[in-house]
Parts: sequence; C-alpha cells; structure tokens
Amino acid sequence: MPVGAASWSFTEDDFAALTQALERFLTDANARCALLVDRTGQLVATVGEKPSFDPTAFATLTAADFSANDQLAKLIGETDFQSLFHQGEKESMYLADIARRVILVVLFDNRTTLGLVRLKMRQTVIELTQLFDQVFSRAAGSAAAPNILAGADDEIDKLFQ
Amino acid sequence: MSMINYASREINCKIVYYGPGLGGKTTNLEHIYGKVQPDTRGKLISLATETERTLFFDFLPVDLGTIRGFKTRFHLYTVPGQVYYNASRKLILKGVDGIVFVGDSQIERMEANQEAMQNLYDNMAEYGYDLTKMPFVIQYNKRDLPNAAPIRDLQTALNPGWEVSDAAKMRVTPDPYHAGENLIEQLPSGEWIERAQYFESVAFTGEGVFDTLKAVSKSVLKSLA
Repeated sequence: MPVGAASWSFTEDDFAALTQALERFLTDANARCALLVDRTGQLVATVGEKPSFDPTAFATLTAADFSANDQLAKLIGETDFQSLFHQGEKESMYLADIARRVILVVLFDNRTTLGLVRLKMRQTVIELTQLFDQVFSRAAGSAAAPNILAGADDEIDKLFQ
Repeated sequence: MSMINYASREINCKIVYYGPGLGGKTTNLEHIYGKVQPDTRGKLISLATETERTLFFDFLPVDLGTIRGFKTRFHLYTVPGQVYYNASRKLILKGVDGIVFVGDSQIERMEANQEAMQNLYDNMAEYGYDLTKMPFVIQYNKRDLPNAAPIRDLQTALNPGWEVSDAAKMRVTPDPYHAGENLIEQLPSGEWIERAQYFESVAFTGEGVFDTLKAVSKSVLKSLA
C-alpha cells in the first residue's frame, strides 16, 4: 500500500462499543448529540438526537477547526489544545481529542451546563481513547481487517466505464 | 487515509485538488456539484473570502457507486492557491488518498505552476508522503485560451517524470487516454521513468473535469485493492 494511503477500519463490534459509551455519556451529561469525526474530516459515528444539519459537512468543518486550532496552539508554544468550546446563545459545542486521531464533538443546549458536560466527558474520553488505541493498533498490526477490495480490480474498472 | 466503515458499509477516501491561485480548482468542484445527481452528492462547502477567493478550502462529498456492497464516498477538497496561505494548504493534505494538480495552461502562469508543484512536493514530504507512490493526476486547465502553452511544454515543466526503481514496473505502459504516449517508458539513456496521468480541461465548461475525477478516484480505489 502506498505511503499516505494507510487505511483504518472498524468493525461492527467497535461500533457497538463506542455507541454504548457515548449513549451513556449523553444520558449522564444531559447532552443532545455526540459525533465522532476522524482528523481527516470523515464522520465515524453519530449518537443521540439525529442532527438537523448535514453531518458530512459538519464533520469536515470540525476537523478543519481542530487542525487550525492545533496550529494556533503551536504558535503560542503549546503542542495542541486537548479540547475546544464554542458557545452559542442556545446551542453550544464541546470538542475533545481522542487518541490524537479522532475528535469527539458534543452538542448541548441550556438544559445542561458546560461544567457537567466537561465533567462527564473526562471519563468518556478515557474510555474512547482505549477503544481507538485498540482499533489503530489492530490496523497497524498483522491482524488487520480483511481487505474487502482485494482482487476487485474488474469491479473497479466496471464502475468507471 | 481511507476509512472503511463496516457499520454503515462505506469506503471513504479523500482527494485534494491542488495548484496555483485562480487555476480553476474551485471551478472543477462547482462543475461536479452541478452535474452529479443531487442524491449522490452532499453540500458544497466553501470557506472563501468576500471576493470568492478560497480562504481555507472547498469541500464536496460525492458517491461514485458501490463495490462489493460498500458505497464509495469521495471527499473532494480544494486548497487555497495563493502562496501566503501555505499553512492552511498543508492542513488540507493531511490524510489525503489522491491528488489532482490543476495547472493553469496560460504561458504567463508557468512560473506559478512550477512554484505550486514544488510546494505540493514539499508539503507532502513534510507529512512523509511520497507523491510518486500514490494516486496523482495532473489537469492542464484553460485549454481554450489563446495564450495556452503547448501541452508538450507543460509536460516538460510540470510532469517530466520520476525514475522507476521497482524492477517489476519497468515495462512500457501506454497512456490509456493519449494514443502513442506512455506513462512508463525507457529513455534513450536507459533510465526508466514514470509520469503522472494528465488531462486537458476547460473547467469552466466542464470539459475534462469528469475524466480527471474518474482517473484519480479509480486510481485511489485500485491502490486499496
């Protein structure tokens, strides 16, 4: 596989585990919705209330937001910002880094408080970090998920006829 | 960095359109947005200045079909072409699976093209990516303009080829899109070289836009196969 095209994948079991952790967090923090976005801007999962906006566009902008802020952190002498908070009049969002590869975004309104969201998020971040560490170490190791595109050259050719 | 999501049965890949300012990167995305079926594409997001110059990036997700039951989703990004936006340009390259270099064919933009190409190699190298080992397509845009440089000159300046070191690749490989030309060939000096696939385009009318997109996305999927 060429450099720069290193893939990662997660299974349905991973998905179930992270959904469970996030659902518990949303209940505890009384937050509306949580999204997981990878650092390249791809949406990994959405849990909680179904967002009314385009989640793909949201994921891209989230990753860009985090990347831009990482660079700002470097300029002021920090390695990165572990979390970001955007406050709106009714809706706010809190973003946290997971294993340096994924971003957890939590949307909440004035039914809860920033303090409670932050408090409950700490444990969730630890749980998710462990989960994603496993996902990524599996992708890097020999036990990588089977390559579903192996030998699919003909099918790929047909797609572009 | 492509991502396979077994839960939603999707393969997600990232393609970045790179090149000098005002070369037509955003126009490529706008044309794709206008032409593909609305149910196979998402929103076109543009982070641009008031004068419609790209400030951070444009973004368009498109579905190109299904392979082995998995939806192939391509996230198309453009970068800001202007030289002083390099910090944001570099951010967009993170995790890229395929690159389209949109060159401006106008003779007077030759230097800007070369500068952008060098900048692309430099930024990729900083991430540890090797452009010669990943899906990479060059598009020569604005072919309709009277001051467009001949393709041969553009190829010499921007796509002279890189040395092939892998013995298994040392065989003449014809360019499927240009009869009589080769993507991999041996020079009279005995050295084997490989060039990036290239396309001529007029992004404003859409000519060549889909050929470019198809070539790069096919190459991305094949790199995963």
